[in-house]
Amino acid sequence: MMRFILPFVIFIILAVFLFRGLSLDPREVPSPLVGKPAPVFNLPQLHAPAKRFSPQEMKGKVWLLNVWASWCVSCVQEHPILVELAQQNIVPIYGLDYKDKSADALAWLNNKGNPYVLTVSDADGRIGIDYGVYGVPETYVIDKQGVIQYKQIGPVTPQNLQEKILPLVAELEKK
Amino acid sequence: MMRILVMLMCLMPLLGYAGEAKDLAADPLLEKRMIGLADKLRCLVCQNESLASSHAELAEDLRREVREQMKTGKTDQEIIDYLVARYGDFVLYDPPMKSYTLLLWFGPFALLLGGGGVLVYQLRKRRQTIPETTLSAEAQQRAAALLNQDKDNQA
Repeated sequence: MMRFILPFVIFIILAVFLFRGLSLDPREVPSPLVGKPAPVFNLPQLHAPAKRFSPQEMKGKVWLLNVWASWCVSCVQEHPILVELAQQNIVPIYGLDYKDKSADALAWLNNKGNPYVLTVSDADGRIGIDYGVYGVPETYVIDKQGVIQYKQIGPVTPQNLQEKILPLVAELEKK
Repeated sequence: MMRILVMLMCLMPLLGYAGEAKDLAADPLLEKRMIGLADKLRCLVCQNESLASSHAELAEDLRREVREQMKTGKTDQEIIDYLVARYGDFVLYDPPMKSYTLLLWFGPFALLLGGGGVLVYQLRKRRQTIPETTLSAEAQQRAAALLNQDKDNQA
C-alpha cells in the first residue's frame, strides 16, 4: 500500500507548488521601500516648471504617487481609472512623470484628461531610482507620516483599487 | 582577383561582432570596475540579464548611477547597499543568507540527505527480505553445469 501512497503524496505536493506558481507574477518584486519613509525629492512641476514640489508638503495627508510617462503603454490602460478616481475626491493623486519630454507629457494629459493634483517631472529618472521604479506605471500609497504603505507595480486595475488601495486609504485616513 | 575578393568578403563578419551593452566612458579602468560590479547585479526589467549586459533603459540609468557613485569614491559594498535599499535583494545574483533564504541555501542538501536516507533504508530492507539460502550439493552441480554450458556456447 505504502508503495502507492508515497508517490501520490509527492505528486500532490509538487502539484500544489506548480499550481501556486501559475498565479505568481515573477515581475512583481517585493519592494523594500514599503514601511519606509517615502524618499525625499524636490522637482519642478510639469505645468509650471518654475514651481517645485516636495513630498514633505503632503505631511498629514494620505495620498497616492503615480509614476507614469507618455511613452508608457500600460499607462494608457490605467489612465481612465485614475481619472475616475480623481473625480470621486477620495484621495489626492500626484503624478511623477518619469523620463519623459515635458511637451509630450502635457499633450498626453490634454488628450486623456488630467487626474493629478499636480505632476512633477523626473526627466533623468533619478527620483525613479530612489523609489525603486522599474516598470512604469507604479503607484505608491503614502500615509500621513510620509511612510510608503503600499506599492502597486504595473497598472492600477478596478479590482486592486477596490480590494487593496481604497480600503488601505480608508484605514490610513482614520489613523 | 575574384578569389581575393571572396576571401576578403569572408572576413566581413569579423567587423560586426556583438559585444556587451557599453556606455562610453572616459575612464576605462572605472568602466571595467563598473562592468565587474554590474555583472553581479540583476536587471529588474529583463530579470534574467545582468545589469552589465542589459540594454534596458533602466539598466543604462543604473550603470550611470553606479559609475557616478564610483567616481565619488564609494566602495562596491556601499553601491550594492544603495541598490538593495531601493530594489531589494532581488538585484543580487548571489542571494544573501537570511532567515527566509535558508530553504534556498539548504533545501538542496536537505533533499539530498532525504533521498540518501530513503535509499539506504530501502537497501537495508531489501537485504533483509532476501533470505539467505544454502544450496544442496545436487543443486550446486546443476548450477555449475548450466554455467559451463553457457561458457561452451560462447566459445
